[in-house]
Amino acid sequence: MTDLSMTTPQNPSKTGSNLRKIALRWGLYLILGVFVLYYVMPLYVMITTSLKSLEEIRTGSLMALPRDVTFDAWATAWSGACTGIQCEGLKPYFWNSVLMAVPAVALSTFLGAMNGYVIAQWNFKGANLIFSLMLFGCFIPFQVVLLPMARMLGLMGLAGSIPGLIFVHVIYGIGFTTLFFRNYYVTIPQDLVKAAKVDGAGFIRIFWSIFLPLSLPIIVVTVIWQFTQVWNDFLFGVSFSQAGTQPVTVALNNIVNSTTGVKEYNVDMAAAIIAALPTLFVYIVAGKYFIRGLTAGSVKG
Amino acid sequence: MDPILNIQNLYKNYGSVEILKDINVSIDPGDFLVLVGPSGCGKSTLLNCIAGLEPITSGRLDIGGQDMTDVSPKDRDIAMVFQSYALYPTMTVAKNITFGMKVRGVDAATQEAKLNEVAKQLQMEQLLQRRPGQLSGGQRQRVAMGRALVRDPKLFLFDEPLSNLDAKLRVEMRTEIKKLHQTLGASMVYVTHDQIEAMTLATKIVVMRGGVIQQIGTPAEIYNRPANMFVADFMGSPAMNLIPAKAQSNGEGSKIEIARDGHAPIVLHDTKNRDLPENVVLGLRPEDIAEPGYRSGQYVQKAECHVDIVEPAGADTFVVMQLGGKHVTARLHSDTDAQAGQSHPLAFDFSKVSYFEPNTGQRLN
Repeated sequence: MTDLSMTTPQNPSKTGSNLRKIALRWGLYLILGVFVLYYVMPLYVMITTSLKSLEEIRTGSLMALPRDVTFDAWATAWSGACTGIQCEGLKPYFWNSVLMAVPAVALSTFLGAMNGYVIAQWNFKGANLIFSLMLFGCFIPFQVVLLPMARMLGLMGLAGSIPGLIFVHVIYGIGFTTLFFRNYYVTIPQDLVKAAKVDGAGFIRIFWSIFLPLSLPIIVVTVIWQFTQVWNDFLFGVSFSQAGTQPVTVALNNIVNSTTGVKEYNVDMAAAIIAALPTLFVYIVAGKYFIRGLTAGSVKG
Repeated sequence: MDPILNIQNLYKNYGSVEILKDINVSIDPGDFLVLVGPSGCGKSTLLNCIAGLEPITSGRLDIGGQDMTDVSPKDRDIAMVFQSYALYPTMTVAKNITFGMKVRGVDAATQEAKLNEVAKQLQMEQLLQRRPGQLSGGQRQRVAMGRALVRDPKLFLFDEPLSNLDAKLRVEMRTEIKKLHQTLGASMVYVTHDQIEAMTLATKIVVMRGGVIQQIGTPAEIYNRPANMFVADFMGSPAMNLIPAKAQSNGEGSKIEIARDGHAPIVLHDTKNRDLPENVVLGLRPEDIAEPGYRSGQYVQKAECHVDIVEPAGADTFVVMQLGGKHVTARLHSDTDAQAGQSHPLAFDFSKVSYFEPNTGQRLN
């Protein structure tokens, strides 16, 4: 009896709450859909514009799909667009960026792994102080270090060179990479190091044979983070380079800003997409490891 | 025979905190030394000092007759099994076991032979290609043992190796470790907080508290003649009964008077000639308080006791009563007719009695 009286009056309210649930769900989808449109719109405009001819851009609507798809703008952006007096396109600068980003990312990741390993697993006096100072390094604004860094690079004979840029990015990246690796390694039990010590392994051996193989998720996180930072950097690139060693971000700015006469929007759009492709590519390839690695580090740490 | 491990006047401080105070221990080859004590007593720190994983503040430590005080762990010729097993997660079982040999540059053929020998000994041939993540707790434990065994060291160190296992597996592995010790004849140092593990495994027990050694002895010595009230209370389950009493000694023995709430005091006669002070703490194991008739001999004294609680435990029945203001447990046969709330005759066997000084807790007899 009590069961019946309990269940019967619940039914109408149950269907009511079901309706509310469905409404909520669709409302959510609607809001999400609006956000998706908002975020996709610029990319859509960029891609469609880059595939149109100048003629079509001038006469057609911004939102319209291209009538005649043409890759001329892409070809120009890659190898023919002018930055000031040179007309070589983005190509040489793109390779400058690759030559800068790959070693800078590899070096800063490796040094961060080493630092994190030492700070997290080899308790020495002042380890926490050193770690705090490194963290502090993450929060120093770029602008503050421009002048001292320029002087340093001059003294080291690296001014205006790609190795100079690599040096700057490695120094600036170590704070973050150390933070990532330290937080990851702190979750690994100290007994592992003890066992390896008893087994006869030394500092480098333990790092190489035991810690590095464990680190794939955090290496992916660090590489994505560092690659995005280094590749997208403009301030260091424009400050510490000279003609011939400029990274792609600086070249893109020059292409867009130093042309005279008619603005070639299609070339500008194509160039911007080319400059952004590598970071996009890294995210797509390693994105799922990125999320996984971030949570793996944070949940336990 | 030279001792395999000899520790002299070892002190260990963290900053100004003294963790270990004046530790002196020595064991002979083939000994199974168990360090036992409550958590925080410094037993694991002492083991880490023996392994060389913690530097010692002062004192001297010899392994195999050589001064190892400042020698790094890898050169001490020791192997260690950790509580967390500390298996290398990215390596297979086989690689875990051979890692130490690989680091030391042992040739591949010897590695293979040793690996197979140990795998057979621990019955884990089928596990060799798996990774630690794919193993159960007991199997991981086995691999950790294998990693130690394969090295054939002078000294084995165990840091609470069984405390992460469930109760049944723990008993099985305990037997296995004991068997291993007997077949290998190796010297072992074993840390545990479980006094039953200590009793069953050890040839020599060190009981520690607060970084100080309380007693060193064989399991029988520790059990039957605890050096102080801490050891008496810590070793044995149920714990030894520690009953405040008044003693009157004359030339022929002692009259022991135990006060009771609401009843006349119990008066017992210890017929051994001892010189006891007036206030003592009487130490009797639960099995030394039994039913009359099961125990006989000149040291057995009978008394009627008021039973508070009856706890059947299968093989035995434990009976709890109130004596001298303390709960006192007696171990009776399972078919006892003792009932809660009633009087029951009990026999007190004084042949293994301990007396302690109430203030210092030190043993008197």
